[in-house]
Amino acid sequence: MSNPTTRNLVIGGAAGQGLGSAGHLLARHLVRLGHQVLVTQSYQSRIRGGHNSIALRVSQRTLSAPQERIDLLLALDQETIALHAGDLAPEGRILAAGSPSLPDELRSRTLRVPISDLGGKPLTNFILLGVAASCLGLEASALASAAQAALQKRPELAQKAAGAVRAAQAWANEQAGVRDGMGSVRLPAGTEQGQTRRVLMSGNQAIALGAISAGIRFCAFYPMTPATSVNQTLVSLSERCGLVVEQAEDEIAAINMAIGASFAGAPALVATSGGGFALMTEGVSLAAMTETPLVVVVAQRPGPATGLPTRTEQADLEFVLHAGHGEFPRAVFAPGSVEACFHLTRRACLLAEQSQGPVFVLTDQFLADAHRAIEPFATEALPELRPGSGVPEGAHPAGSFTAAPPSAPPAETAPGDYRRHAFSGTGVSPRRLPGGGPELVVTDSDEHTEAGHLTEDLTVRRQMVAKRLRKERGLRERIVPPERYGDARPELLLVGWGSTRGAILEATDRLRAAGRPTGALLFAQVWPLEPESFADALSAAAAVIAIEGNATGQLARLIRRETGCEIVRRLQRFDGLPITRDYILRALGAEQARSGATKEKP
Amino acid sequence: MNASGDRRDPEVRLEDFGDFETAWCPGCGNFGILAAVKRALVELQIAPHQLLFVSGIGQAAKSPHYLRANLFNGLHGRALPVATGAKLANPELVVLVQSGDGCSYGEGGNHFLAAIRRNIDLTLLAHDNRVYGLTKGQASPTSPRQMQTKAQPGGPTSEAFDPLAVAVTMHASFVARGFAGRQAHLAGLIAAAVRHRGFALVDILQPCVSYNRIHTHRWYEERCYELDGSHDPTDRDAARARIESNQERIPLGILYRNERPVLRERFPALQSGPLVGRSVDRAALAEIVAGF
Repeated sequence: MSNPTTRNLVIGGAAGQGLGSAGHLLARHLVRLGHQVLVTQSYQSRIRGGHNSIALRVSQRTLSAPQERIDLLLALDQETIALHAGDLAPEGRILAAGSPSLPDELRSRTLRVPISDLGGKPLTNFILLGVAASCLGLEASALASAAQAALQKRPELAQKAAGAVRAAQAWANEQAGVRDGMGSVRLPAGTEQGQTRRVLMSGNQAIALGAISAGIRFCAFYPMTPATSVNQTLVSLSERCGLVVEQAEDEIAAINMAIGASFAGAPALVATSGGGFALMTEGVSLAAMTETPLVVVVAQRPGPATGLPTRTEQADLEFVLHAGHGEFPRAVFAPGSVEACFHLTRRACLLAEQSQGPVFVLTDQFLADAHRAIEPFATEALPELRPGSGVPEGAHPAGSFTAAPPSAPPAETAPGDYRRHAFSGTGVSPRRLPGGGPELVVTDSDEHTEAGHLTEDLTVRRQMVAKRLRKERGLRERIVPPERYGDARPELLLVGWGSTRGAILEATDRLRAAGRPTGALLFAQVWPLEPESFADALSAAAAVIAIEGNATGQLARLIRRETGCEIVRRLQRFDGLPITRDYILRALGAEQARSGATKEKP
Repeated sequence: MNASGDRRDPEVRLEDFGDFETAWCPGCGNFGILAAVKRALVELQIAPHQLLFVSGIGQAAKSPHYLRANLFNGLHGRALPVATGAKLANPELVVLVQSGDGCSYGEGGNHFLAAIRRNIDLTLLAHDNRVYGLTKGQASPTSPRQMQTKAQPGGPTSEAFDPLAVAVTMHASFVARGFAGRQAHLAGLIAAAVRHRGFALVDILQPCVSYNRIHTHRWYEERCYELDGSHDPTDRDAARARIESNQERIPLGILYRNERPVLRERFPALQSGPLVGRSVDRAALAEIVAGF
């Protein structure tokens, strides 16, 4: 049973028919009207090259994940009907451009829209949008005005689009099928919003804004789907926010530029996907060795190699965890929502500065591209970076790299005595910036002395390894513990990480509503892991299942390595599509059916 | 080069750059280059803390450890991107990249081309001894075909790379060649390169006493000549003619230069000074967030 106030609209058509722009126009309009909206690609499994689709899930309550069943399908072409009609809800409706041939069972549920009478083929996307507005019960002129405003940079098109929306809406209002047959589609009024109205934002946009709010000043990138929109958002805000964003000749150059900028005092970030990150791994090791703060965003897509460039996967956890030769500490965040993309990227930026090394944000195509209505971030009071002058108090609730190290960092007696890599109890050395004063800042990718000069003194080598590894303690003090949801002593505990959070939350709700005590354990930080922060949850559950978007259960394996606790049951998806609530429920249902006669093992 | 060179108080002296023990073979060309670098910096009156050296890996890349300055000694081939990032972060730093032919033209070849195209305002001192010294004698990108090595007993399988011809063809904004054996002349070239606004390449010929038996000090002395007033460095065709002419006559000096916009001018964010030390404009950020 779908929640009666939740509607799922899917717009499908050929690439180049403008369904993305139409979908985002409608989504933004609905957010302005007070609706909660989640915009994703539509994730039906029958996907064909050249066919595009976009899904808008609309509700009065907060949405965590997309749904598969379709309430209203906007078919810009015949193929859309063939591909998506199977997912139509029992009361679902189709708005079809022109007069496609239809199977009998769909005829009564389809409204054929005479495109040529309402503005012509080039405006098909806007015409269907106008009809949809009418079916949803939206006010006639508002969407047309929104279309005009959204296209203001192309006045001629804006005029035509607004006209098409208006004409289509007027036509639809006259259709008996719309007046009487759209009860299952009509939206209730949007909820009142406070003074701060909601905004529509993607995970990648939130990452870029989180980075800017933390004080990131430099980004170098080589374009790679699905990370590009992080870099693109930074580019579009660079003038206003005082950033330098440079497209590099390759990912190797990108990470080395970022390290150079960070070394010189401009907090820096790189964002890429698996293949690009593979090229960056030597740079990760360099950031660790030179103790240069660096934030690396890895937006996962299915591999190996080029894989499925526009699909999603969670298969680079182990790669990111181990990337870079040699031994050094790191932290890896895995946001599970648009909001978490903002806050955890901020946290990564501050932590990179505090620990003077690489910190990762691990996202994926699904979260990167999904747009969701969110409360705008309160940006006034957020701490920001000041390289060379420490991280502000209160940046993190617990622990501090700077608090009372066992042996205080040595004070410089003269400028020439400054030692960039001075030994300290925390492993973190006082930071100066080159050109910032008379001190000379020297560092080396070779093993080096406290002063930063290359050395083959093997005693120094041992001390430097220990120094760098001491930072892990500070990283552990700042862990974001996994989120617990649902029943504390459940019959079934769903374990996941990163972008599957929304689907797991909604699946947990469904199972609990059906009377099955269910809990969820959701990791927003996948390294370091502190067993004390979650081992009790694993042992309190009668059964545990690890839900991951990969084929080998990478988090489950990591948990086993760190705790000895093996999660035997796995739900793994690796066909390039995100794990959805329905996917989880189907898989659990099938599992239950299979084990109906046999005794269930935890 | 930039404003920091104007700070002339107190006077910068040769001793300010220190005197260090090195790991180089006796007679190595790097000694002459190191001395020339120091002389140039004294001539320019740039103090150690105003300088940032960036180097890669190789015997040449160790050079900046043997003088007093800020230093980022990074990965093999990657000195130019690190230097580019640092210069963009703080354009007030005088940035010099110091590495060998393998680092600059082999492993870092793509970055070399990109640096020319960007016209990033820094100086590349490429120690060009036409052989890999640190790894004990393999062919480098500038080794000629007839040079037999342990790894290339029949000579390198590829033709030699000509960094100067490539740089001039790509309109690099400053292209010079020096010789480690002519310290005073080399120091003058380095000073001119640092003064130049834009990407400045100084390809420095140097003997490798251990692994290059062809290009000895004497070999260079017999062939090198210094460009005089008859060469117009703004004439690109003349520069090409000099570079591509008879290999038995090797021109030293500023072969080519032009004035064109430097990379930092393309970033509005840098019009108001370095990126270092800025605060987040929270009002603007709140407005941006609300506009999504």
